[in-house]
Amino acid sequence: MKIKFTINEVSQSVDIEDQNTPLLWVIRDMLNLKGTKFGCGKAACGACTIMIDGNAIRSCSYPVQLADSKSITTIEGLGTPENLHPVQQAWIEEVVPQCGYCQPGFMMATAALLAKNPTPTDDDIDKSISNVCRCATYYRMRKAIHRAAALTAKDTNENMSYE
Amino acid sequence: MSKKVSRRKFLVRGGLGTLGVLAVGTYVFRNPMRRKLYSMVESTVPPYSGEGTDPNLWFEITKDNRVVLHSPKVEMGQGTFTSLAQMTADELDVDLEQVQVIAAATATGIVDRLSTGGSLSVASLWEPLREMAATMREMIKIEAAKKMGVLAESLSTENGVVSGGGKTMTYAKVVEGVDEWEEPNTPVLKSMKDYKFIGKPIPRIDLEAKVFGAPIFGMDAQLPEMVYATVIRPEQVGAKFLSANTSAAEQMPGVLKIVQIDNWVGVIASSQAQALAARKKVKVIWDVPKKWTEEDIREMITVGSGDEMMIQKSGSALDTDSADVTSITFKSPIGAHAQLEPNGAVAQVEGDKVTVILSTQVVGITQKEVARALNLDVENVNIIPSFLGGGFGRRLNTNHAVQAAKMSRAVGKPVKYFFTRKEEFQHDMFRPPTHHIMKGKLNDKGLLEGLEHHFASGSVAIGSVLLPEMIHGVLGVDIGAIRGGRIQYSGIPNIRAVQWHKSLPFATSWWRSLGLLANTFAIESFMDEMALKAEKSPIAFRLSQIADTEEGNRLKEVIKVAAEKAAYSDEVINGRAMGFAASTDAGAPCAQVVEVSIENKQIKVHKVTCVLDCGIAVNPDQVKAQCEGSIIMGMSAAMHERMTLRDGELYPIIYGPYQMALMKHAPKEIEVHLIQGVDTPLPVGEPPLGPIGAAVANAVRRLTGERLTELPLRMED
Repeated sequence: MKIKFTINEVSQSVDIEDQNTPLLWVIRDMLNLKGTKFGCGKAACGACTIMIDGNAIRSCSYPVQLADSKSITTIEGLGTPENLHPVQQAWIEEVVPQCGYCQPGFMMATAALLAKNPTPTDDDIDKSISNVCRCATYYRMRKAIHRAAALTAKDTNENMSYE
Repeated sequence: MSKKVSRRKFLVRGGLGTLGVLAVGTYVFRNPMRRKLYSMVESTVPPYSGEGTDPNLWFEITKDNRVVLHSPKVEMGQGTFTSLAQMTADELDVDLEQVQVIAAATATGIVDRLSTGGSLSVASLWEPLREMAATMREMIKIEAAKKMGVLAESLSTENGVVSGGGKTMTYAKVVEGVDEWEEPNTPVLKSMKDYKFIGKPIPRIDLEAKVFGAPIFGMDAQLPEMVYATVIRPEQVGAKFLSANTSAAEQMPGVLKIVQIDNWVGVIASSQAQALAARKKVKVIWDVPKKWTEEDIREMITVGSGDEMMIQKSGSALDTDSADVTSITFKSPIGAHAQLEPNGAVAQVEGDKVTVILSTQVVGITQKEVARALNLDVENVNIIPSFLGGGFGRRLNTNHAVQAAKMSRAVGKPVKYFFTRKEEFQHDMFRPPTHHIMKGKLNDKGLLEGLEHHFASGSVAIGSVLLPEMIHGVLGVDIGAIRGGRIQYSGIPNIRAVQWHKSLPFATSWWRSLGLLANTFAIESFMDEMALKAEKSPIAFRLSQIADTEEGNRLKEVIKVAAEKAAYSDEVINGRAMGFAASTDAGAPCAQVVEVSIENKQIKVHKVTCVLDCGIAVNPDQVKAQCEGSIIMGMSAAMHERMTLRDGELYPIIYGPYQMALMKHAPKEIEVHLIQGVDTPLPVGEPPLGPIGAAVANAVRRLTGERLTELPLRMED
């Protein structure tokens, strides 16, 4: 069957036999966007986290058919070196990644959290960020999440004063 | 005096295949003297002794005047590439921005013939890499002098440009067309104060790739026409392959081929999802001679069972029957690596040539394994190491590259093949379980008259591809399991440390810090208990029993600084208690103080103060990152993780049920203080994993009066 969606602001149409194929494999192997990672295949680790219509979704357990006519953002669509997303800027400023494999999933989960809750408390972070990082970069990640929130607030204020 | 060397020793080549942008490359041989140096530095493992004679590559100067360092060590998160770039930039006189680091492939560079491991990458390359960079700089100056018509002595170098006599020339211009180099005497290295990058908290050079999701991992590798495969492994421990019925699976959509090679079955399909769907239809009959239980394993790993070896001995043994000898038994469970990127490989066999792209800590060994298995010359196998999605010792055995290569040969296309997460958990090469009996006796001054550590462990080093089997006969001991097992309180007159070893029916091996985590848990928990018994502060109790040797004084220093920085106190304040522990691993002493409370029977770690004597910190920020990561990974292992046997299978098989430290468990405060006790970089990736388990248990003891003796640390319901 044909499934249409928007991914990183580009319209895509994929032709796929098994509509229950996890969206992760469509993104990685058919669309060749490798930033979204496979970790467990059971939505247990969060390495494959992407945003669908603004919500954090673990794409390894999300049948591709459910993505029909939805809007997907992956790490490749979050920001660019020239136009950093606040989460990426904060991650760079706090020097968060070690091996780096799980980081796109964490960054997407954080971006989705901040979109809903621009100033999360430590408790909010504990409750909503449940991904796994084996290098255990959690200490810097928490700092980066707060920093990203501050950067977002600053951006918003600057934009407001412009108007 | 400088001497002329032929192009057999130094070569310049055009048009390297590895990176399209490269037009000029400078090849430098690795000489036997330096090899000897590595083996001396990598003293925990025997030296490799069978180097080939192919040209090996360290640095390339590119046409646009950048330097590419082909690193013999891989990057798995330790930040090694950044430190190596700093060392290169400082001695080669280029800007850090001009340096790119890539992992050397076997076809185009020097790979470490043994491994990336033991926290040794920066420590072992400290001398040779800086020497090589300085030599390269001098060689460039000699050539520049000829091209510029200026005396070499009058030339200076900075930011990849040679200047002198009113003229300048970029390194790229200098190396262009040079095919015969003069090798100067090894230059004197700069002094620390003259370094612009070494010793500074430079941001990681791989940050950008890692925050934009660049396809840098083995899992991301892709070749034209590539197909996908999966290999079926048994669920039961000790199961042997008997036969397989693949006829139903062969009818599944997308299946290209199902192979039965040796004693395994591989399913090759057009997509990952198709390969995984088809494998469910393969019926394999396994022979399961025995249903192993948790009790079987526990019984095997018990002090007094297996091979015994005394690893430390001074004075006499304690009289165990004496009433004033205190004895406590400690245990630690089987632990999984649980690295996020599954093991796997992308392999392409074309005629008698093989290319394998994968995440591995053993590039050279994997090359040999593939060559042997496919009956090819080693030179025909190119191993291209990617960035690793976590190593932690798991990738010190990557012979699944062989399976990927055999499947590629069978199907005639490049094959990508990765473990499922269940396979990762059931076929990990686990951290072995341990059992410890600590014994101690106080004298009338409240100091230890004797201290003994008797411990049993499954294999860490024994059976590893890193070490030839005969080594164990020579050493008589598992050199991995004993890490941290020696008693560091050298002032105690009577000391015994005795290892007991047994191999288990499933693979156990290198897990970050090896025996250090469990051994330190036992020794430092017991030290704490003896301090309480002696009614002394755990800090003073420790300090007064360390001899005034160089090593002892460095240990005392980290203990003192940690106690001071954390304002260590025995008091329970506002429901929080502190716990203290210290360890010495690979010459790097580390002390930690934790602040702990108990909420709803859950142990909560609020703050960790860590003091590490790491020698020279080439990149202090990344040393701190290693400490932070080690602390939380150590907490994860010490407070949450445990593999068990259930119905003959290793369990759990997924994150979640395999409990690990997550964001909500991580301390909100981690304070790291670095001390430079020696004037060389020391290993940093593992030593900070030592104290954390005992420090937490010691805090719980002060909070509740209860001595926890088993990992993972849990309060009884």
